Amino acid sequence: MKLIFEKSKPGRMGISLPDCDVPEKKIEELIPKNSLRSELRLPEVSEAEVVRHYTKLSTQNYGIDTGFYPLGSCTMKYNPKVNEEIAELPGFRSLHPVQDEELSQGALELMYNLEKILCEITGMDGFTLQPAAGAQGELAGLMMTKAYFEHRGERRTKIIVPDSSHGTNPASATLCGYESITIRSNEKGTVDLKELKKVLDGEVACIILTNPNTLGLFEEEILEITHIAHKRGALVYCDGANMNAFLGIARPGDMGFDIIHLNLHKTFSTPHGGGGPGSGPVGVKKSLVPFLPKPTIEKEKDRYRLDYDRPLSIGKIKTFYGNFGVMVKAYAYLRTLGPEGLREVAENAVLNANYLMKKLKSYYYLPFDRVCMHEFVLSGKRQLEEGVHTNDIAKRLLDYGFHAPTIYFPLIVSEAIMIEPTETESKETLDEFASAMIRIAKETEENPEIVKTAPHPTAEGGRTHPSTKGGRRRLDAVTAARRPNLRWKKLDK
Amino acid sequence: MEIPKELKYAKTHEWIKVEKEMGTVGITDYAQEQLTDVVFVELPQIGKVVSKGEAVAVVESVKSVSDIYAPVSSEVTGVNKELENNPGLINKEPYGKGWIFKLKMKDPKELDSLLSAEEYEKTVTSDR
Repeated sequence: MKLIFEKSKPGRMGISLPDCDVPEKKIEELIPKNSLRSELRLPEVSEAEVVRHYTKLSTQNYGIDTGFYPLGSCTMKYNPKVNEEIAELPGFRSLHPVQDEELSQGALELMYNLEKILCEITGMDGFTLQPAAGAQGELAGLMMTKAYFEHRGERRTKIIVPDSSHGTNPASATLCGYESITIRSNEKGTVDLKELKKVLDGEVACIILTNPNTLGLFEEEILEITHIAHKRGALVYCDGANMNAFLGIARPGDMGFDIIHLNLHKTFSTPHGGGGPGSGPVGVKKSLVPFLPKPTIEKEKDRYRLDYDRPLSIGKIKTFYGNFGVMVKAYAYLRTLGPEGLREVAENAVLNANYLMKKLKSYYYLPFDRVCMHEFVLSGKRQLEEGVHTNDIAKRLLDYGFHAPTIYFPLIVSEAIMIEPTETESKETLDEFASAMIRIAKETEENPEIVKTAPHPTAEGGRTHPSTKGGRRRLDAVTAARRPNLRWKKLDK
Repeated sequence: MEIPKELKYAKTHEWIKVEKEMGTVGITDYAQEQLTDVVFVELPQIGKVVSKGEAVAVVESVKSVSDIYAPVSSEVTGVNKELENNPGLINKEPYGKGWIFKLKMKDPKELDSLLSAEEYEKTVTSDR
């Protein structure tokens, strides 16, 4: 496909503007010469060309609105359209961020209520909605950890993370000036208590755990873990990325977690993956509430106000109050489902994952063979014996019309294939996906070449992935990374 | 999979070739195979002082990004500049032209804690 710049014809225009009704001034009179450019290099195209170009581009995309997206750990579930409609109500959409409190009561009320609902779901005492994504939420959570210990006059320098953690966990710890200590998982795929006890000394500020962890397994010894951490004076942080696994069933606050971030754009069904932006609210227990980012939203009688007078707060971490539109969508989702609905989300997410795991485990190696939560991790080890890598299996899935699962993560499983079906998929979709995976396993034995060279521009079954239409083959990822070609044309110097 | 007998190995898949108190470090054949095609190498500053097990360099492949750890406490005395233009050398010759950095050891006794070729082979074949 040609780039829009390549379609440009000098002098072609989309629209013609009416004459200006005020006297025209020459641009040279308004802007200093050294700030003027002779050529803007904008494409010159007609309206029809623009519309066709971008419509065509949009059909090259594969998204949750076009098909199944089993991207483990990233929770690509269907996002109900009613959320969008509510976020588009003029009262929300046209609100200006510097509009004063008096004229923003509705928005403040929504944020206040959302905080309270999230507190109830997680068992926490206070929430901030400011962070723009999970990773920023993590950073905010660790900054609060730091402020908490500084306030107590304790010097703690270390953060413990398990080897199955999300990459952002050690990254946030390092960014906050902590040393991150990695502990190995046990043979069950969960935190090794013995290992943990060995490194848990008085210098540990916090343990970061994802529960269920990235293998999709519930940390069964969580009560013991939080107990020994607290005995040592350390805090326990819950990476709540996988909250969709026990929504309405169990609460991180009751498990002993002190801090949690949630990904509204995952568990609470607001769009992400390019369709964002994200939102990563952070919840804390009472002892950490004074350190929450400011302003907080307070309710006095039936009025809502922003409280900036919080001397222990870590400060503002996002312009204005966070990604408000995303909060509206998450709130709509929560109110649509209600407590029972949320519980069903978790039940179906877990049921769907176990259903798929059971169907696939006789064809692919399953390193941790036990009941999983919302996702599970297979290994392409068996297929590797035929010279077929996990990467090839992922590419072959495109031929069958599916988005590939997450691959090569978590790092502790070789040739990892991480599958998260989510609760929004029907049994029929799960069956279709399973039969594609099973066919690929069989192809690996009978005709490995077809898997190794996937995707194919003319895949059988007529369910070609849109990106392979028009004769596109496997991209050369190595050359693309070693010699990236990021411009369509070199800038003339 | 090649595991030269004369080298010492770290559990984290680095090899070290020792000459008196100087050493040359790279990653093993097994490691490069696991990483697949290397596309970028971040080399350390010459003169950087590191303790055993500390991250020194970064190797990025199509598949993942991995830290390269110092097998012994040392000072970095040289880096393989060639890798900046040709990171694929790590795949082609992990024990030769694909070396990553040279170091001066602080305490040669630390070498005793490293693995022999036989011991290293055992750890990689028992990997899950």
